[in-house]
Amino acid sequence: MNTNKKILVADDDVDYLFQIKLHLQNMGYEVLTVESQKEAEEVLENTKPDLAIYDLMMETEDSGFILSYKTKQKYPDVPVVIATAVASETGISFGLDTKDEKRWIKADLYLEKDIRKEQLEKEIKKLLD
Amino acid sequence: MQKLKVLVVDDEPGICSGVKRILGKFTVSYPFMDEDRGFEVFEAYTGEDAIELIKKDPPDIVLLDNKLPGIQGTEVLDYINKNHREIVVMIITSYASLELAVKATEKGAYDFIPKPFTPQELKSSMEKVTKHHFLQGMTQRLNKEGKEVRFQFLSVLSHELKSPLNAVEGYLKIMEERQAGDQISQYDQIIERALQRINGMRTLIMDLLDLTKIQSDEKEKQFEHVNLLDITKNAIETVSPYAIQKDVELNLHAEEDITFYGDPNDMEIVLNNLISNAVKYNYKEGKVDVNLEKDIDQITIKVSDTGIGMKQEETSKLFNEFVRIKNEKTRNITGSGLGLSIVKKVINLYNGDIQIDSTPGKGSTFTVILPLNNQ
Repeated sequence: MNTNKKILVADDDVDYLFQIKLHLQNMGYEVLTVESQKEAEEVLENTKPDLAIYDLMMETEDSGFILSYKTKQKYPDVPVVIATAVASETGISFGLDTKDEKRWIKADLYLEKDIRKEQLEKEIKKLLD
Repeated sequence: MQKLKVLVVDDEPGICSGVKRILGKFTVSYPFMDEDRGFEVFEAYTGEDAIELIKKDPPDIVLLDNKLPGIQGTEVLDYINKNHREIVVMIITSYASLELAVKATEKGAYDFIPKPFTPQELKSSMEKVTKHHFLQGMTQRLNKEGKEVRFQFLSVLSHELKSPLNAVEGYLKIMEERQAGDQISQYDQIIERALQRINGMRTLIMDLLDLTKIQSDEKEKQFEHVNLLDITKNAIETVSPYAIQKDVELNLHAEEDITFYGDPNDMEIVLNNLISNAVKYNYKEGKVDVNLEKDIDQITIKVSDTGIGMKQEETSKLFNEFVRIKNEKTRNITGSGLGLSIVKKVINLYNGDIQIDSTPGKGSTFTVILPLNNQ
C-alpha cells in the first residue's frame, strides 16, 4: 500500500468528494478535498500534491481543463486526472487518445464518473509509480 | 469521403492549375468530422465568369484573387455575401496588396493567403477553411432546426440527472461493502445524503414537467380570471410544513381579491417557486413576506425573505437554466437550478418583468410585475 502520498481532489459535488475521499483514504492516501477551481488554485499556491483529480465542470464548464493546465505549469511532474460525468452520449466527447486532444488537454488521464473503486486504485497506482 | 467544391478565381492559369494539382490529392481529417474531406477544383479566369459559375452551381469554398481583368475580386465577394453567405471565401493576394486583403476579410472573406504560396501553405490554409466550413454548416443546421439550445439543455440535463444517480449508487456501494463499519448507525449521514440527492432529482423532474407545461402550445393554455390570492394561499400552504420545520414565519399581505386573466397553472408555477425559494434559502427563525398589489395597469407580487441573500453578480445569472449559486451556505440546499428560469419564462409570456434586490446575509426580495393591458 502506498502511504502518505497526498492527493488533491476538486469537485463541486460534495457527495462525490465524500465518497472518493473515503476510497482514497482506505487505499492509504492522504486526501485534500476542495469544492471549486478557486479553492484548488489556492491550495496549489503552497502545496504540491503527489496527484490531482479534477472534476471538469465546476465554476465554469472547463474548470477542470484550466486547473490541469495550471497544475502542469507549476508542477510539471504531478499527474493530473480529469473525472467527469459529461459523457459521450451527449455529443460532448473527448478523451486523451489522439495527439490533437493531448495538445490541448493537459491531463494524464480522463475518467468517466461513476468511477469504480478498483479501476481508480489501478489507475492511480499506475500514475504514481 | 466527402468532396468539397472549390472554385479558384484567378487570371493566372498557373495558379489555377497549381491549386488543382495540390488539392487533387489532398484530404483533410479532424476527429470531430465523421469523414475526411477531399476537394474538387473548378476554375474561373474572370470575376464575371466566377459569378456565372456560382449562380449555376454554388461551390463550398472560393479562392479569390483580388486583382482581376474585369470586375474586381471585391465585387465577387459582395455578390457572394449577398447571395451565398454559406460559401467560405479565401482571398489570394500578392504581398503588395495585403492591405486590400485585410479589408476583404473585414468585408466577410474568411481569410487570405499571400501568393506565391508553397503547397504546404495552401494545404494548411485549406485545413483551416475546411474546419470553418464544417463548423459553420453544423451551426446553421442546428439553428435551422432550433436544436442548438435544446442540445445544450439536454446535455446539461443528462449531466444533472447522472450526478445524483452516481452519488446514490456510490453510497449504496459503500454500504454494501460495509466500508464505514458494521453498525447501521454509522451510515446515518450517508443515508441522509442519499435521500437528499433523490429529493433533488425529484425536484428536477417536477421542474421539467413545469417546463414542458409552459412550453406547450399557446392554444392548450386555459385562460381564465385567476384569483391570485387563492393561488398564493395555496402556495403558502404547500410550503408550510417545510417552513415549520425550519421555523420560518410566512406572512401574506393583500388588500383584496386580486384577479388576473391568465392560465392558473402558470400563476401557480410563479408563486410556488418564489415562495418555496424564500423558505428554502432562509435562515432558521427567518421571515417571508408576500405582498400582492393591484393597480390600474399592473399587478405587483413581492416576495421578501430574511435569508442568505446573494451578491450583485450572482443575481444576474440567476434566471439562466441550471444555474445555482454555489457556496458554503447553499451546499446543503437541493435544487434543480431550473425553478427561476421557468418563472422568468412564464413572466415573459405575460409581458411581465421580474427583479431581484438582494443583500448577502440579509435577504432577497423578488418583485414580479404583471401588466394588465390585455385583460
